[in-house]
Amino acid sequence: MRRKRLLPTALHRLAILAYIAFALFPLYWLLKVSVTPNDLLYSEGVRLWPSHMTLDHFAFVLKHSDFPRFFQNSLIVSGSTAAIVTALASTSGYALSRFEFRAKYLIVALMLLTQMFPLVMLVAPIFKMLTPLKLTNSLAGLTLVYVAFNVPFATFLMQSFFDGIPKDLEEAAMIDGATRFKAFRQIILPLTLPGIAATLGFVFTAAWSELLFSLMLISGNQSATFPVGLLSFVSKFSVDFGQMMAAGVLALIPACLFFLLIQRYLVQGLTAGAVKG
Amino acid sequence: MASIGISGVRKSYAQFPVLHGVDLEIADGEFVVLVGPSGCGKSTLLRMIAGLEDITEGDISIAGTRVNDLDPKDRDIAMVFQSYALYPHMNVAGNMSYSLRLRRTAKDKIAGIVTAAARKLGLDPLMERRPRALSGGQRQRVAMGRAIVRQPKAFLFDEPLSNLDARLREQMRGEIKKLHQDLGATSIYVTHDQIEAMTLADRIVAMNAGLIQQVGTPLELYDRPANLFVAGFIGSPGMNVLTGRYEGQTADIARLVLDHGPAIPLGRAYPLTDGTPVSLGIRPEHLELSPAGGAGLAARIELVEPTGFGTILHLVTPGTSSIALKGFTLDRAAAGASREVSLGFPPERLHLFVEEKRVEPAS
Repeated sequence: MRRKRLLPTALHRLAILAYIAFALFPLYWLLKVSVTPNDLLYSEGVRLWPSHMTLDHFAFVLKHSDFPRFFQNSLIVSGSTAAIVTALASTSGYALSRFEFRAKYLIVALMLLTQMFPLVMLVAPIFKMLTPLKLTNSLAGLTLVYVAFNVPFATFLMQSFFDGIPKDLEEAAMIDGATRFKAFRQIILPLTLPGIAATLGFVFTAAWSELLFSLMLISGNQSATFPVGLLSFVSKFSVDFGQMMAAGVLALIPACLFFLLIQRYLVQGLTAGAVKG
Repeated sequence: MASIGISGVRKSYAQFPVLHGVDLEIADGEFVVLVGPSGCGKSTLLRMIAGLEDITEGDISIAGTRVNDLDPKDRDIAMVFQSYALYPHMNVAGNMSYSLRLRRTAKDKIAGIVTAAARKLGLDPLMERRPRALSGGQRQRVAMGRAIVRQPKAFLFDEPLSNLDARLREQMRGEIKKLHQDLGATSIYVTHDQIEAMTLADRIVAMNAGLIQQVGTPLELYDRPANLFVAGFIGSPGMNVLTGRYEGQTADIARLVLDHGPAIPLGRAYPLTDGTPVSLGIRPEHLELSPAGGAGLAARIELVEPTGFGTILHLVTPGTSSIALKGFTLDRAAAGASREVSLGFPPERLHLFVEEKRVEPAS
């Protein structure tokens, strides 16, 4: 019996390992190239790890490039996008989940519609709209665009979390003496923390890695975000792979930290025991 | 504590009417049970009193004040939900004190009230637990505790016991009744379980299809159901109903000729003309069983269901168009399957209905 189950288990584990290796290999390669000295980059051939390591690329990126500014810009844009989108999506998701109102399904349809177009199609009209508002080449403008694009999906995401929370809970709170908003804030929101964490994480990473609009709406290094900044390592005649990869590794750090921060809310099951279980 | 008045209340969802005009006065301190099958509108009515549903038409008043446009929080009522609706992220003490905290009651006062309520419900050792660490019965108690800490004008119960097993339900039923005796609070209790309705209520409101069918004490509904719906809904096993035509204008000859032939003497005259189609109701426990060949309606025991306390009998009358009846007897010896019996219909136990409505004998 035991022996019989050993083989499938081993195969199962191997398959998982293979998948993880496949998924993480690019990240590994990023790290590897970032610590490889320039003179070894092309001379050593394909090796899993360079014969000696260097942190020069990191030092250069941090001291002599505009990367710290890109980094800061990205943090501002992604952080505020995530915060604004999550706040909006929480309230709109709650409304979609709990209220019946006229044109509800029209609004849902319109929100879905916004998700249907390839973003490239929208670059020109958005540029045209933002120019008279003086929002091109500004972090606020970029944040506005990211918020607009992320709110529909985030709303649906939050709605599904609210749908999972029994209506009885806020009704009980309202009878206990809370206004609807207070019931939302004190009873429903704490139970939606996993949903809020997921939405924050999703929107933050989406904004963090967005390139197209950042490239189109921002000119010059002053307001560039780091995906655009990464392109500055590509010059006309060469690509500075070492520095580019070092910047990439640095760019991973906030995303990782962010997920570390919210991961404890990503566990489901907070609502267990609320109603009949 | 307060009286509750409901007058001409209607409710429609979009174009679909759910309640067709409900009038009801509930006295201060009364325990009223709304009972009826699923979808009869009883929960909707309760939720309208609570302020969780809009009132399409009509007025609801609590303690003499019209509350139609008041938010639930301003109606000063407490509600126990079928799902208990405990706040999962708060412990028992937190759940019970939430309403007091919202009202900014002083901390030491809250502690006193919550402790007293917890003691009353036997929850003292569980105060630090989260709802998920409680059993069904304990959750039910916390839900009750949450309702009583505030001393509201009225308690509303929405099928509070239907998620519990039979044993626990019986126990909690007793506790709710005792609580009501202690607190004397106006209570409205919704259930589809007629035993709960009978045992708890000062007055029962039987509802069907969005209309009140009868309002009265439990025994009034049991002894003198106003119509066929109430007759069938109250009592278990349900009342037997036979259809036929009325005949005879004096007590000694008044009888019901059943659709399939035999006649049942009624023993009393009713203000009906001969040939009026009527329904005759008799409760299973009131059917008199005697050995076959007697004066009554001949029948055969087809099936017996012993309940321990007594025995439920499934009876059929012989012949091609036989009718099925249910009997209930405490005499185990009389209850044998496929035994032939004769059924007696004691006149004082009969209920006559014409077009679904009760008809009283002519005095």
